Amino acid sequence: MVPHSARRRMRDGLLRGMLWLSGGLVAALLAAVAGYVLFRGLPHLTWELLTTQTSVLRDTRGIWPNLGNTLYVVGVSLALVLPLGVGAAVYLTEYAPSRRLAGAIEFAAGTLAGIPSILYGLVGMLVFCQLWGLQASLLAGSLTLAVMTFPTVLRTTQESLKTVPQSYREGALGLGSGKWRMIRTVVLPAAADGIVTGCILAVGRVVGESAALLFTAGMGMSLNHVFASWENFSRSSGATLTVALYVYAKERADFDTAFAIAVLLLGLTLVLNGAARLAGRSIRQRGGERRE
Amino acid sequence: MRRILSLLLCLLALSACASGGGAGVVNTNGSTSMERVVGALIEAYGMEHTGVTINYSGTGSSAGIQGVLEGMCDIGLSSRALRPEEEDQGARARLLALDALAVLVHPDNPVETLRVEELAALASGQVSGWGQVGGVQAPVAFIGREAGSGTRTAFEEVLGLEGACAYTNELTSTGDVIANVSSNPNAIGYASLAAVGEGVKVLAIDGVHPSEEAIQAGEYPICRSFYLVTAGEEGLSPAARDFLDYAQGPGAEPYLRAAGAVPPARSASGREGYP
Amino acid sequence: MRRRFHPAEAGMRIAFLLCGLVAIAFVLVITLYLILAGLPGFGHIGFWDFLLGRVWDPAAGRFGILPFLLASLYGAAGAILLGAPVGLLCAVFLAKLAPPRLAAVLRPAVEVLAGIPSVVYGLVGMLVLVPAVRRWFRLPDGASLFAAIVVLAVMLLPSVIRVAETALRAVPPEYEAASLALGATEIETVFRVSLPAASSGVAAAVILGVGRALGEAMAVLMVAGNGANMPGLFRSVRFLTTAVAGEMAYAAGLQREALFSIALVLFVFILLINGALAALLKGR
Repeated sequence: MVPHSARRRMRDGLLRGMLWLSGGLVAALLAAVAGYVLFRGLPHLTWELLTTQTSVLRDTRGIWPNLGNTLYVVGVSLALVLPLGVGAAVYLTEYAPSRRLAGAIEFAAGTLAGIPSILYGLVGMLVFCQLWGLQASLLAGSLTLAVMTFPTVLRTTQESLKTVPQSYREGALGLGSGKWRMIRTVVLPAAADGIVTGCILAVGRVVGESAALLFTAGMGMSLNHVFASWENFSRSSGATLTVALYVYAKERADFDTAFAIAVLLLGLTLVLNGAARLAGRSIRQRGGERRE
Repeated sequence: MRRILSLLLCLLALSACASGGGAGVVNTNGSTSMERVVGALIEAYGMEHTGVTINYSGTGSSAGIQGVLEGMCDIGLSSRALRPEEEDQGARARLLALDALAVLVHPDNPVETLRVEELAALASGQVSGWGQVGGVQAPVAFIGREAGSGTRTAFEEVLGLEGACAYTNELTSTGDVIANVSSNPNAIGYASLAAVGEGVKVLAIDGVHPSEEAIQAGEYPICRSFYLVTAGEEGLSPAARDFLDYAQGPGAEPYLRAAGAVPPARSASGREGYP
Repeated sequence: MRRRFHPAEAGMRIAFLLCGLVAIAFVLVITLYLILAGLPGFGHIGFWDFLLGRVWDPAAGRFGILPFLLASLYGAAGAILLGAPVGLLCAVFLAKLAPPRLAAVLRPAVEVLAGIPSVVYGLVGMLVLVPAVRRWFRLPDGASLFAAIVVLAVMLLPSVIRVAETALRAVPPEYEAASLALGATEIETVFRVSLPAASSGVAAAVILGVGRALGEAMAVLMVAGNGANMPGLFRSVRFLTTAVAGEMAYAAGLQREALFSIALVLFVFILLINGALAALLKGR
């Protein structure tokens, strides 16, 4: 070992301290935000809040309709984006005859990923609400979010498809299978974990999104019976959990309810992150095997 | 993959089966001052008409009118009268109720009453300290509303200060103003009386407190009306038209009062449809 | 081998191609709509009057967006100044210094920080930060550019950490081994070898952070006060995003056109940032 001068050691110690400090600061930030939200919100996260709807006449609060709206938006946008995103990823990795077209598609996906959600909300309002005549409705909001999450699903599926060993494909094709059959029976099942990860990430973005929904899905708190009829399905409007949080906090100054929703959102974030980690782990393992 | 598809098909089939009831959706959108009033009407209406969902989005009066004209919703909610250009584009209004604009301060603020001139001086920034209007020595934070707000329009019209108010902060909803004033001892703001709850003090203006009698008699100086706006009623769904009639009918009056608004005085010929 | 024509095969091929083309269609439609909706405002107000006008007063027919433009730029710059150093140091810590067990806890924590919805940040900022700013600096009201900067700095941390850490991990271990073998300490190696070697990734992390700060709407809407003032650190300000979000619902006529023009300006900024990112990542 070369002996280090005292000045070097001091500088080293200082920098080392700063690194630990910044790591600690980030952890402390999370602890502070989560702790404060739990502290303020947990006492108000009651069974009644979760299962009733807000009533002006009885002066009670309930977020059951907002839970339903969130589920609707998650379900419909996922049902729309899943085939599109997976299909585009399959095209890029399995077909894509021209590099230029593939490059253009990837560039487009990259651009979509960088557009702020407020701009999605604006264009969604112009196209879905006004041009298509959907009004501000849950359906229009779901369509907007489907476009917004498209690059997420595309990218994670693509990553996963890339880790499917080439030998699988060659084996299937060698046995006389057509390409679509090969994709359906070999490639997609092998990449299922990546598709699931993509879905979880997309769900995370949808659950946390608010700016894109403000102008497209409405801010109502009434219970929607979306399956009662096609009219109800396509015209119902209302606030998802995030938008409801915004409305309660910013427009009604009801911070107890807002923090209760925040606790719920925090819990959902934790669950979704954990699920994405679990699904992602198996891809990483496979990727590691292939590289060896 | 196949399982997901079959699940989706099941859902579609389910929704198809369930259709055919007397269901409907009415989307309303507009004034945040009318949140409680419309919320109460929606609940009352829902008790008698199951299966119809009425949604309320609080976006501001101009947003409600604009939303109706652009086809973003069925019924707009406005806490100001229609402007000529809005009527030219086909907007029509029905009078729903009367409302007062309460002037709010923090409960710790010793000021109890303001004259209209004093209020105007505070709003326009000519007076910037509470000491000049009988309070403690502290800077005034005047909390206003955004430019599209019916509340702001009404407030500035009454004071003759259209576009001349110097706000410390422009907030986008009624609740936001109330929350801000309730947390800031230096703040003064205005909001619909129907929306004011605890945590703030309502000032008397020219010595008059906003009570139902004072409002109906026209004694309280800062009053305005709530309107229901449509883009002409021909294109309305039956459910939307039914809700409009219900809201103006005698059955709705107790709910308007419960929500803090004042039903308009009835004339012998019934209530005016188009003011 | 002779291939027969399978209608299903050909059909699926076209279906997949269409899925791919949808990505391009989305971008084209979004671009087209933002341009079509945004250009008339420029025309009616005048390009420079719009961009460099210092007064935004729709009631008086004055539509200058310099206050929003500067607020957005100052806000993003401030958030980067505050957040990027912490984020980069934390990335270095995670990639090079943290004991594996600690890193295994801290990394998911960063992911959670990234997953928390922006309205939650806005809510905490609104109720903790804004009153605190009012008290610390003895202001009439704490909702200000400063509050927005602090919230944005926290919000852009996770993306900065993630990208920078990935870049640091991609530095060939030989570089570091060589530096250590020459007698440099671990810390010197990290700062003099690893960080410079990962500089393009670090730059990408910072640019990504700028993009996030420029594009955030909800959290800013909740803490910045939303007055159309020329920006000052402790004044109530409106960003490009919040200018659109705040007035879009009710704007009509020229004001509406102007709001779409603001959206177009924001879009151009984001495209520039995306371009810079793509160039950086390609260069690697």
